[in-house]
Amino acid sequence: MESAHLKAFADAEEMEISFGPQHPSTHGVLRLMVKVDGERILDVKPIIGYLHRGTEKLFERETYNGCIPHTDRMDYTAAVTNNQGLVGAVEKLMGITIPPRAAYLRMILAELQRLASHLVWLATHALDIGAQTPYFYCFEERDKILDLFEEYCGARLTTNCMRVGGMPFELTAGWTDRCRAFIDQFPAKVADWERILTKNRIWRERTVGVGVISAADAIEWGLTGPPLRGSGVRWDIRKVFPYDRYDEVEFDIPIGTNGDTYDRYLVRMEEMRQSVRIIRQCLERLPEGPVMAKVPKVIKPPKGEVYFSVEAPKGELGYYLVSEGGDTPYRLHVRPACFINLQALPEMVRGQLVADLVAVIGTLDIVLGEIDR
Amino acid sequence: MPEPLMTYLVIPLVKIVVILLVLILGAAYLTFFERKILAYIQIRLGPNRVGPKGWLQAIADALKLFVKEDLTPARSEKFVFLLAPVLIIVPALLVFAVIPFGPSDIWRLTDINVALLFVLGVSSVGIYGIILGGWSSNNKYSLMGGLRSAAQLISYEVPMGFAVVTVVVMAGSLSLVRIVEVQRELGVWFFLPGIVALFVYFVCGVAETNRNPFDLPEAESELVGGFHTEYSGMKWAFFFLGEYANMIVISAMATVLFFGGWLPPFPNLLEPLWTSSALAWVPPPFWFLLKVAAFIFLYMWFRGTFPRYRFDQLMRLGWKVLLPVSLANLMVVALGVLMLGERS
Repeated sequence: MESAHLKAFADAEEMEISFGPQHPSTHGVLRLMVKVDGERILDVKPIIGYLHRGTEKLFERETYNGCIPHTDRMDYTAAVTNNQGLVGAVEKLMGITIPPRAAYLRMILAELQRLASHLVWLATHALDIGAQTPYFYCFEERDKILDLFEEYCGARLTTNCMRVGGMPFELTAGWTDRCRAFIDQFPAKVADWERILTKNRIWRERTVGVGVISAADAIEWGLTGPPLRGSGVRWDIRKVFPYDRYDEVEFDIPIGTNGDTYDRYLVRMEEMRQSVRIIRQCLERLPEGPVMAKVPKVIKPPKGEVYFSVEAPKGELGYYLVSEGGDTPYRLHVRPACFINLQALPEMVRGQLVADLVAVIGTLDIVLGEIDR
Repeated sequence: MPEPLMTYLVIPLVKIVVILLVLILGAAYLTFFERKILAYIQIRLGPNRVGPKGWLQAIADALKLFVKEDLTPARSEKFVFLLAPVLIIVPALLVFAVIPFGPSDIWRLTDINVALLFVLGVSSVGIYGIILGGWSSNNKYSLMGGLRSAAQLISYEVPMGFAVVTVVVMAGSLSLVRIVEVQRELGVWFFLPGIVALFVYFVCGVAETNRNPFDLPEAESELVGGFHTEYSGMKWAFFFLGEYANMIVISAMATVLFFGGWLPPFPNLLEPLWTSSALAWVPPPFWFLLKVAAFIFLYMWFRGTFPRYRFDQLMRLGWKVLLPVSLANLMVVALGVLMLGERS
């Protein structure tokens, strides 16, 4: 009896480890059941729901403009693009065209938000791989962006900075100058971080060939955003279904070739440069005029349904809106980028080492607020 | 007091107490310096609230650790759990028995003719602390951390040994005092002929102390706290002190073996300067500590710069790069010594 028990213990090669929900490497409250053989990962099972707040149900009892603050709290590192998707969906259903100034303002804020979100990604990704210092450099820059947000709408994180039909506020005096000053110094900072990481031998060893997903697999899993583009698929909602005035500005879609963590890193770094390029063009062309279209006091979209998506920093963020003609949505479903990207995690880390798991979680850039909603 | 009692008991005891106090205080203050240096690398200010400019931070940390609740997990192996931190700290401190801080007998506790073997042997015991600590905690993260460091320490011990042997070949002695003396007599510090050995030694040293970029056993993002996940209070502080004491050991050994120990810079070229009245009062340990501090700064600089290696990459580096390099270097140096024929 005793020896049989001991033998079973000695033969057991698999071990189950629970990563999270309170683990230093799982961003937010993600929990992973990891089955390992020594250091090698046999299987991973993500367990989610620790941050579920019933956002989609809450939408159903809020007015359309009242839904916007709830979207802030989904992907809380990219509130602006969340707002953008929601108001875009309602405007599409109502057939509203927003004034050009509002569209350009939305693009400027959304691209700033993309920078801020990518900065959080880079900071935590590098920290997970053991490089502490970039974290502080990134957060310094992010703080400057949040200062710009704060000046525009009073909030730094949960911006609530768009309304159905346009933008709620005019820019404060001198905002464009401060924004230009920020983007003028920003590319040099990106070059700095690249100097710490891109050619760093350890960084490359930790990321090249880690968490590989082929282009075909990435499409099968429904990946969007940098994880998809890192595999070499040129797909960006801003290009394929342009919204606001993205068809009027010039920018490139960076893509990777190998679909590994390193390529996704390069893609995001290049996206930051492209975002700066977009912001610069928008600031140059920013038209004068009103920031709000003529919309009724009470937003009542006609009966019908619509799907509208934007390119959020993490991937395609879609809103599927069903209206019964009332002042609240009948159903408002969110197509979250992070939730769908996360599903590929087990596929990407199976057979790799525990250390790669944290690298891949970092490279997927997930936010649990959006996964659980 | 009779003479033997004085020489064999009182004086050594006083020296031991002084060394221990300086060492433990030094290790505690290293945490403060590390936080300051890292902070300046990372555009922060670092601790600056406790005492003038934050200088009492280390004391405050120590006090905090003293009064913290000392938890022992219910299902842990109690005795081994208690033993592990002791096994970490004691070897680290023991090494300083043979490290010469200066030329005369006052500046060292003892000088044994196999000091180098003593250092290698004693410091290897520290591995047990980590393995046992990881195992006895009865925690999966701790176990994995313990296994990682066991593998890491064993594989880096070997190239490190070869790097040290190069110095022995050059010096013809295992006594640390003698090694420094030889460097003075030859007029050249061993880091010049042994530059490869120095490189191998220091890389291994960083790995041995579980410091970035080889800090896998305590990789926070993967294994929470690694082998000391379950430790708290003073037991945890022992692990912490042990880590810093080991950093001092590695740095001190590097100074003695490769950088002429207590000798001032360019001892022969600039001899008139060092013996001049302006500088003759500088005690030799000053130079020793200066060199040690430089190495320790290097440690902290690493931590502010590098990402972390992965387990398999670390093993590959140890066995496939450092080991062959150190072996080849040993052969080259040995041949050189043979041909120059200065010491056989």
